[in-house]
Amino acid sequence: MSAAVEVRGLRVERGGREVLHAVDVDVEAGRVTGLLGPSGGGKTTLMRSIVGAQVVAGGTVRVLGLAAGDPFLRARVGYQTQAASVYADLTVRENLHYFAGLLGVGGAAVSDTLALVDLQQHERQLAATLSGGELARLSLAAALLHRPDVLVLDEPTVGLDPLLRRDLWSSFHRLADAGATVLVSSHVMDEADRCDALVLLRDGHVLATGTPEALRRRTGTSGLDDAFLVLVDGAGEEA
Amino acid sequence: MSARRTLATAVRVLRQLRHDPRTVALLLAVPCVLQFLMHELFRDRPAVFQSLGVPLLGLFPFVAMFIVTSITMLRERASGTLERLLTTPLGRGDLLVGYGIAFALVAAAQATLVSLLSFGLLGLDAGHSAVAVVLLAIANAVLGMALGLFASAFARTEFQAVQFMPAFVLPQILLCGLIVPRDQMAGWLEALSALVPLTYAYDALDRLASEGSLGSRFWLDVLVVAGVTLLALALGGATLRRRTP
Repeated sequence: MSAAVEVRGLRVERGGREVLHAVDVDVEAGRVTGLLGPSGGGKTTLMRSIVGAQVVAGGTVRVLGLAAGDPFLRARVGYQTQAASVYADLTVRENLHYFAGLLGVGGAAVSDTLALVDLQQHERQLAATLSGGELARLSLAAALLHRPDVLVLDEPTVGLDPLLRRDLWSSFHRLADAGATVLVSSHVMDEADRCDALVLLRDGHVLATGTPEALRRRTGTSGLDDAFLVLVDGAGEEA
Repeated sequence: MSARRTLATAVRVLRQLRHDPRTVALLLAVPCVLQFLMHELFRDRPAVFQSLGVPLLGLFPFVAMFIVTSITMLRERASGTLERLLTTPLGRGDLLVGYGIAFALVAAAQATLVSLLSFGLLGLDAGHSAVAVVLLAIANAVLGMALGLFASAFARTEFQAVQFMPAFVLPQILLCGLIVPRDQMAGWLEALSALVPLTYAYDALDRLASEGSLGSRFWLDVLVVAGVTLLALALGGATLRRRTP
């Protein structure tokens, strides 16, 4: 069976510079895949390519067997951008109500999702008055409303407290257990251990892929931070 | 196009406005204050107020919606909400028409209020039909919205967007025939004024307010306003790209 997301030879240019160099990535359904690597390595660009928001210079991106950005995919893919892209001048519930209307799901989905991201007490609050963490959760909720088959989350846990991060990661796993394809980016290596599979991206190249366990074994390290450093050094020697 | 998504967008835009009562108050009150000032300025020359009052009433919503739309769309682009919207099933047409419905409703409120003041209290004569004046004002608001949407694609910052008001709108007000009748303009200016959409909006309002039959020129005016609105919406829609560099 082919992967839910299949990226082959993807090249992307931004500002006259190539930022993804012939990237190949497979993201399997039913798992939480972590897209890790330092800031500026191309994580956001890869995610934008998968949701069909990025102009690409070459290669193919297929999602659920269709070309990325296919109209059919718009109701089946959920995308959380890095910046909280919600309306600051609407309340929490009004924001979700609007996105629910676009996605064709009802008020029950809004209430369920509010509970999922633990924002029920804030539903009547204007988004502009939310804290950074609450705003990030609202933005995440907007991507989860329709329980998408493919969930693309760009650094969804940045700036959240440890308790909430743990809760969100278990939500991601519940969604994956239900069959969803979950791709989560992070530049924090300690989140890598919460993933079923990893893609390490650096300077527009895929440095390594595999389970956290396999990466540790391959690099002979105990922590993923060290594993990443070994991989970076290895890439340096090859070049 | 989907009625549900279009309507959801219109409701969302109106809800945003509801959370901003100061903007709503300004949108509704400023045209009334300006119209009252015009009335007082020409207190001794009612004929001048009569000839300017109706066209102004119909042009306020044009200016207001141009500014409101160009800023709102710029905010959608800058905040990332536009990118998110375009990854959902929302069609570009849904978004544009949703905005159109919301702002047309605001324009209707605006024009109705100024009309009540002008025709009721200030003694302005609606000419052929006060309802037609309000309807034209709404059409002009949608035209302003469409041009504002198109203009917003060329603004990178809110400072630039604000400057588009004098750049796009003031020349049209100077040239449309409101300040100097078109047949008294230098030849090249008259030719230029024929290219300006506001000329037709003004002419239609002027004919409504004047005595005598509307003539086929009135319907041509209405047709041009509608045509330019559709053209600007199509061009504005083309600037909403699902894929960006």
